Amino acid sequence: MTASVASAPDAIVEPTPDHDEVVAPRLRGGWRIVARKEFEDHVHSVRFVILVVLVSLAGLASVHSASGPIRDAANQATDVPSIFLYLFTLAPDRVPAFHEFIAILGPLLGIAFGFDAVNGERSQRTLPRLVAQPIHRDEVINGKFVAGLGAIALALGAVMAVVAAYGMLRLGIGPTIGEVVRMLAFFVVAVVYIALWLALATVLSVLTRRAATAALAGIAAWLVFTLFGGLIAGLVADTVHPVPTANPTAEAVLANARLEQTVRRFSPSELYQEATNVLLNPSKQSTGLVIEDTSAQALPSTLSLSESLVLAWWQVAALVGGVVALFAGAYAAFMRQEVRA
Amino acid sequence: MTGAITAPSARPPTEAAEAPVPDHSIALETSDLTKRYGDRTAVDSLSLQIRRGEIFGLLGPNGAGKTTTILMLLGLTEPTSGTARVDGLDPRRDPLEVKRRVGYLPDDVGFYDDATARENLRYTARLNRLREPDATERIEYLLDQVGLSEVIDRRVRTFSRGMRQRLGLADALIKRPSILILDEPTVNIDPEGVRELLRFVRDLRDVEGMTVLLSSHLLHQVEEVCDRIGVFVSGKLAGLGTVTQLASQLDDGWVFELEVDVGPPGRPLREMLHAVSGVGNVEVDGRGRWTIDASHDVHAELFAAVAAAGCTVNHFVRRGADLDAIYHHYFTGRTA
Repeated sequence: MTASVASAPDAIVEPTPDHDEVVAPRLRGGWRIVARKEFEDHVHSVRFVILVVLVSLAGLASVHSASGPIRDAANQATDVPSIFLYLFTLAPDRVPAFHEFIAILGPLLGIAFGFDAVNGERSQRTLPRLVAQPIHRDEVINGKFVAGLGAIALALGAVMAVVAAYGMLRLGIGPTIGEVVRMLAFFVVAVVYIALWLALATVLSVLTRRAATAALAGIAAWLVFTLFGGLIAGLVADTVHPVPTANPTAEAVLANARLEQTVRRFSPSELYQEATNVLLNPSKQSTGLVIEDTSAQALPSTLSLSESLVLAWWQVAALVGGVVALFAGAYAAFMRQEVRA
Repeated sequence: MTGAITAPSARPPTEAAEAPVPDHSIALETSDLTKRYGDRTAVDSLSLQIRRGEIFGLLGPNGAGKTTTILMLLGLTEPTSGTARVDGLDPRRDPLEVKRRVGYLPDDVGFYDDATARENLRYTARLNRLREPDATERIEYLLDQVGLSEVIDRRVRTFSRGMRQRLGLADALIKRPSILILDEPTVNIDPEGVRELLRFVRDLRDVEGMTVLLSSHLLHQVEEVCDRIGVFVSGKLAGLGTVTQLASQLDDGWVFELEVDVGPPGRPLREMLHAVSGVGNVEVDGRGRWTIDASHDVHAELFAAVAAAGCTVNHFVRRGADLDAIYHHYFTGRTA
């Protein structure tokens, strides 16, 4: 450290006029500065690259396996609606469809961009320095959440672009305008679904001291809701409304199935799947239980996008509500915490 | 920012070394500032005024409430009661304006380890709304000032504790603050580093007219640089003033210690010392060290008495005037 401040031509504190010129008088919009820095960090991080590659590979696998049957079918029937969208929903050969892959891997994206949002600042001891700058404290968490959303949208957009491009090469056709709009609707719902996990991870990053703890807790929630959700729902339904194996009545089977679906709907991935199934599949006419009989009797017609949205609205609303509630929790907890804790 | 800050280039360095013209406006002020965490009172009715251009030392043991006070001044913690004022602004009502004026070096400062020194400071510059070319220039200037220009593009992960401390100082100065708050800046850095840091801080005050609030638990390190010191114990202000004033606030009267070479026999030193007016108790230990209580300053008379007894003084000290005594008196509740 040199002690030559006295003779330095430039000064640490400048005379008043220059000072006011240099520093913008308005100090609004600090969250944008935080968001920009966090977004740049996300995009340049190894975890971003890993996740985009992972999800892209999964998506390519599912699109590849879906495109074969679509090609065969397209040769025979020329009047099948929304051929292109089948790329994202068809699941032959036990490879999950693209939107199912997102249901499984999406939470990982959300957790990855949120689990160390606040506790990372704490463990690096940068939080006191950060909040001592001229920004409001909530701008820290708002900016971080916006940056996470941006990173998620960018990652998912990139994956969808890769997958759609591959699908176009394989099928030799492009999507219609209507299909593009449906894909955008799917994109928005998928981002909301992943944002729910981002919000959950943000809550965990506020509440836990160590990033590793938050990541583990997030992954535990992911396993419970995404992988074991169906199992748990089945167990609950079988316990409350057991179906006798010997002589099952229609009422017993129906009651069991209804309860199972109700329990499933507590899982965000179920809500997401119901909504995206309808949005990506114009011939899907219900998000509820479909009994073989009614399905066969349904007219082979397709729904317009607005009709599909009417079917899926409450699932989307529930997802948005979940995002808002979780983020509000993270916000409130962060604002109540001491800077030095 | 007011016009109180003088242009440093107008003043040559020699003049800068002299005491600056005192500006009596108040830079930092607390009145009855109190912070409670449950049953524990971290800061208890603190009333303090720090003048513009002053280097003020907040001295106290760990856990005395120094950091809590600083956080309340910055608006980062809500006071339970009482008020804080920074340049007359209430940190609760104008937090952004306060944080724009105050540079803060936190206790145990941290940086984004994977980013370089330059990138870390650029983020701070952006948060303070510095424009890009100005920020670039200022970052390079400040890192040069704190001696880190060689490592400007190295990741902070590789920095030593002392380097982080210097980076923290540059970081706090990015925004061109008029007030600088340093929380335990001398902890864990080597003695030469402490000297450099304190010299740097003094230059900031002398040249820039910066107001500095410096917290420490090490009186020895900060007393020479601080104009005034507030002794802070258990959330309360136990003493306030210059080092000399603090010493005179000690209520153990005048106690002198002296060691003498034994002179010619026949002239009893004890009687000669007792004869000095104002002297009370006189004791001597087996090694010839005398302890003399007095009602006022009698050191000249004591020297005369020792000379009259034919002895030579080897060691003479007024107890209570030294830093150890102040430290022990306030922090441990007893005199040295």
